[in-house]
Amino acid sequence: MSGSLRRRAAAFLHRHARVRLSLLLSAPLAWLGLAYLGALAALFVTAFWSTDTFTGDLVKTFTLANFQDLATGEVYRTIALRSLGVAVAVTLIDLVIAFPMAFAMAKLASPRAQRWLVILVLTPLWASYLVKAYAWRVMLSSDGVLGWGYGLTATILTLSYLWLPYMILPIYAGLERLPNSLLDAAGDLGARGWRTFRTVVWPLSFPAVVAGSIFTFSLSLGDYIAVKIVGGKSQLIGNVVYDNIGAANNLPFAAAVATVPVVIMLVYLAAVRRTGALENL
Amino acid sequence: MFSVMPDQAVSLRGLRKSFGSVDAVAGVDLDIADGEFFAMLGPSGSGKTTVLRMIAGFESPTAGTVELGGRDVTRLAPFERDVNTVFQDYALFPHMSVLENVEYGLRVKKVARAARRERALEALASVRLEGFGQRRPAQLSGGQRQRVALARALVNRPRVLLLDEPLGALDLKLREEMQVELKAIQREVGITFLFVTHDQEEALTMSDRVAVFNQGRIEQVGTPAEIYERPATAFVAGFVGTSNLISGEAARAVLGKEGTFSVRPEKLRLVVGDGATAGPEEHSAAGTVSEVVYAGPATRFVVELDAGGRLIALQQNLQVSSMDVTGLRGSRVLLVWHRQHEFAIADAPLPEPARS
Repeated sequence: MSGSLRRRAAAFLHRHARVRLSLLLSAPLAWLGLAYLGALAALFVTAFWSTDTFTGDLVKTFTLANFQDLATGEVYRTIALRSLGVAVAVTLIDLVIAFPMAFAMAKLASPRAQRWLVILVLTPLWASYLVKAYAWRVMLSSDGVLGWGYGLTATILTLSYLWLPYMILPIYAGLERLPNSLLDAAGDLGARGWRTFRTVVWPLSFPAVVAGSIFTFSLSLGDYIAVKIVGGKSQLIGNVVYDNIGAANNLPFAAAVATVPVVIMLVYLAAVRRTGALENL
Repeated sequence: MFSVMPDQAVSLRGLRKSFGSVDAVAGVDLDIADGEFFAMLGPSGSGKTTVLRMIAGFESPTAGTVELGGRDVTRLAPFERDVNTVFQDYALFPHMSVLENVEYGLRVKKVARAARRERALEALASVRLEGFGQRRPAQLSGGQRQRVALARALVNRPRVLLLDEPLGALDLKLREEMQVELKAIQREVGITFLFVTHDQEEALTMSDRVAVFNQGRIEQVGTPAEIYERPATAFVAGFVGTSNLISGEAARAVLGKEGTFSVRPEKLRLVVGDGATAGPEEHSAAGTVSEVVYAGPATRFVVELDAGGRLIALQQNLQVSSMDVTGLRGSRVLLVWHRQHEFAIADAPLPEPARS
């Protein structure tokens, strides 16, 4: 009896593709809706509240004060621009290192070497973020191997190291999809290496590069731990958020600050949408 | 003394290519004359594509030399060689228009803008693609892409045009059209065409000469008629057409000779019944029809010989219909052929020569 019921249920699902799809997607959609979008919405709403300066309690009435403070405060603009600069620098450094690496992996290495290189690129991702950041702190300290000291440069270096795999992997995947015959064809038509790169490889892998940059850019924009560990006295957006949640106990202002990287990312995504990068993620 | 030797467009000497312990190309010598339409025919894995890639410069040989127009180019990069390639997947640049694709080689050679445009349009016209210049490759059909690839290569006026399975990705009708068209274009431009194919019919219909490849070596080089009518080895006999081998006991009984012989199926005359006899210059073998394959214009009869072995006879369906011929299964027949159509095969028949 139960066997025939199961069979009928299976047959029903087979005939009704929509029911099947909604059953499969219900859990992930619930997660996305509640945990992800819900949290984001809560953050956004909180940004329009304030705290009672005396008691520190949340005052749940609508106000634009947080955004006014953000817009008029010279220091916040400096920090936002600095964060943007760090994110751009990290993205460019990662691009310069990742592209040749990804190209070698996708086009030059033997299949065996290719597997090993992918594992090598992934290995740092399996280690703790904190351990890696402290490792850089040790190297950069004045008596360390590099001994360059802490600051913005140290932060950029550390972040570049941390996010490099996120740049390599999308470019590697993009170059893998690029048929070798296109490279052969360019050479066959007389193009040397540099011209082949400029006219064939780069334009066709550009969407993959942008896909990688979305990772490095957004991860850098939101980071506050690396800069705490190796940044010396420098502050980034993430630190302002963190300090307002912790020491200042001003959650609404922290939420308002946190919308800055979100807005920057949305602008960036809108700008790169046309390159086809979003299909490469 | 005058040298009457025509210029060699391509000369290969002792060409070898090993991948690890595998010899993809195991010693190839070949001369291709200027203006020839030359086919390299063989099953997949026979080394023909590797030879083509070594001529283009995409692979460097393990040993041997490649000469183009008398100049040793063995160690030169692809961009230093006066050859252009039509790739099997066409390898059109998807981010460029058709015109930009065709202009690419000229742009690299720094041909002035106006001359470049003119030559590219001319090349597109020669492959009957006027007005397609502004399209993207993705907006073209397979046959049109194929012709863009051809124009992109021909516009550079190379010494030799290399074609890697140029018609492999097209459907049958289009392939037959392009066979005729390629031949016409080659006559027009007068450039040496060297193409790789695994399709024996394509090789026979299009080329002036054919080299048959097997396991990294050339088994035979000759005109299509020589290859088909006088195959030098059992492999060539089997790969180019149906082999129809008569060997051992059957050869002694039917032909009164020792060795291995072959007769093409269409050279056999099938006479139904036991009473028939062969003419003075003819050989014959009696047998039983074991299978009848009706194929429209002709019918293929598989005949088990009384003397051992089997022959396939191809008979045109001039008068008969499928009903008539399928009724012949199991009949006693006599196969008759002219002696000049049987030929000796050099080596013993290989069990399964094609390997992929």
